[in-house]
Amino acid sequence: MVSSGKSAWVAHAVLLLGLAVVLFPVYVAFVASSLPLADILDAPMTLFPGPDLVANYRNALARGTAGTNAQPVAAMMLSSLVMALAIAIGKIAISLPSAYAVVFFRFPLRRLCFWAIFVTLMLPVEVRIIPTYKIAADLGLIDTYPGLVLPLIASATATLLFRQFFLTIPDELVEAAKIDGAGPWRFLVHMVIPLSRTNIAALFVILFIYGWNQYLWPLLVTNSPAMTTIIIGIRQMIGNGDAQTEWHLVMATALLALLPPIAVVLAAQRWFVKGLIEPEK
Amino acid sequence: MERRVVFPGWLFPALLLAPQLTVTFVFFFWPAGQAIRQSLQRSDAFGLSTRFVGLENFAVVLADPFYLASVEVTLIFSLAVAFLALAAGLLLAVMADRVVRGTAFYKAVLLPYAVAPAVAGVLWLFLFNPSVGIVAAALRRAGVDWNYLLNGRQALLLVILAAAWKQVSYNFLFFLAGLQAIPKTLVEAAALDGAGAHRRFWGIVFPPLAPTSFFLLVVNIVYAFFDTFGIIHNVTQGGPARATEILVYKVWYDGVVGLDLGGSAAQSAILMAIVIALTALQFRFIERRVHYA
Repeated sequence: MVSSGKSAWVAHAVLLLGLAVVLFPVYVAFVASSLPLADILDAPMTLFPGPDLVANYRNALARGTAGTNAQPVAAMMLSSLVMALAIAIGKIAISLPSAYAVVFFRFPLRRLCFWAIFVTLMLPVEVRIIPTYKIAADLGLIDTYPGLVLPLIASATATLLFRQFFLTIPDELVEAAKIDGAGPWRFLVHMVIPLSRTNIAALFVILFIYGWNQYLWPLLVTNSPAMTTIIIGIRQMIGNGDAQTEWHLVMATALLALLPPIAVVLAAQRWFVKGLIEPEK
Repeated sequence: MERRVVFPGWLFPALLLAPQLTVTFVFFFWPAGQAIRQSLQRSDAFGLSTRFVGLENFAVVLADPFYLASVEVTLIFSLAVAFLALAAGLLLAVMADRVVRGTAFYKAVLLPYAVAPAVAGVLWLFLFNPSVGIVAAALRRAGVDWNYLLNGRQALLLVILAAAWKQVSYNFLFFLAGLQAIPKTLVEAAALDGAGAHRRFWGIVFPPLAPTSFFLLVVNIVYAFFDTFGIIHNVTQGGPARATEILVYKVWYDGVVGLDLGGSAAQSAILMAIVIALTALQFRFIERRVHYA
């Protein structure tokens, strides 16, 4: 129902107000990232962008801050990118085959395999943090990308999504493939994977954001500056109070940390919304 | 649900399953088992010997006033976050459903979803920081004695706002999808019959949204319990005086900083029980939705 008159005015006012609240923290960060530090410290700062936008971002990207031992933010973004891509691709790469196996075959212990994967849905890595850390340490995975990525892909969400989708593929299609003499490998590669394109895209978006935004696990498992992700880097920049926080660079880094996930969401909005809202169909 | 037509053989599916099963066993079952084993053991101060202590760690944890205070903080925090994020998401969805045709608004509201909780914490910290924050300055000018670094209630309020802000987009998306599935003719018919806006909402619009709301309530509580570590760690470090020490933060602090492995593992085991209960609730809902929708 498209309203008119007073009710439409109320709706527009509420939406504008909501939008203002949603965008305000990001806008203030943007303004701060364009100011000299002195203007921020001389509180309250202005709400209009200043002259140092390019200089601040260049400084952050190339030199970082004292709090991060001058580790450049560009290097942190690269670490984050490697981690996020490895999590997204890795999780899809192990989940799609396992879902295919439990849906398109009958073999002993099939149900047990499915349940073993399924229960991982319940326990986020935050809950089993210390023992997972110990195992990563025993396997020599501290400060390595496998150590950063593998514990985070041990989860069933993607497997469940693929399983639900595979169950909707018509039996006739499988029969036709069998009659044509196609084995399970060819059916997977030439039929199932192309049909799953939309699901793969949706999952990729959600998993990329999940990976990029990780905090607790990278905090534990990485120590070397070369492995610092941008999300952890921001934490180090705020520091512990003995040095003046370089707020203009912190806010520039915060916005740099937002850009990749936002770009992915906007570029793939259609798939992303579909993947988020309809995973159980 | 099962397929009728399947492929024969067991070797190929076994190979397909092997990578995920391996990762799951090494990084899920093994550590989860360790957590439960550790929760039943106690190490000496140097980690040289461990002995079996049964449920003693649990008894110690559950009798610890700091743990009980953390439970209380977690409940207040997660219920406040869920309520705020759900109410704001629903309000915006109802208004957007009434008037919005373009997608610019829609895209802008999606923004916080892409923001890491840790970064959301930093953005809100910057607004409310007592020395540089512009909202903090405005509050002081309005006569509020704002300093979340000293005032526990203010600190809790700040992390609640930051956590709820991040979750509004997610709730908005689900509510809007739910609202758009309600036939507009139904609402118009009720309007013609003289039902007021209030009546139309609670009588016609809200009932079909109830399952979605329940699902979202569980999702929001799970989010507030487990995904907000980055917010707490960046904004308050659990302080001042433990006023914002939620359970996940305490598990990390006691285990990593305090090196109390048995106590931390017992807390992990309790958290696992909470997640399992919440997930079971969520699945009952999903099953029902599949059957009846």
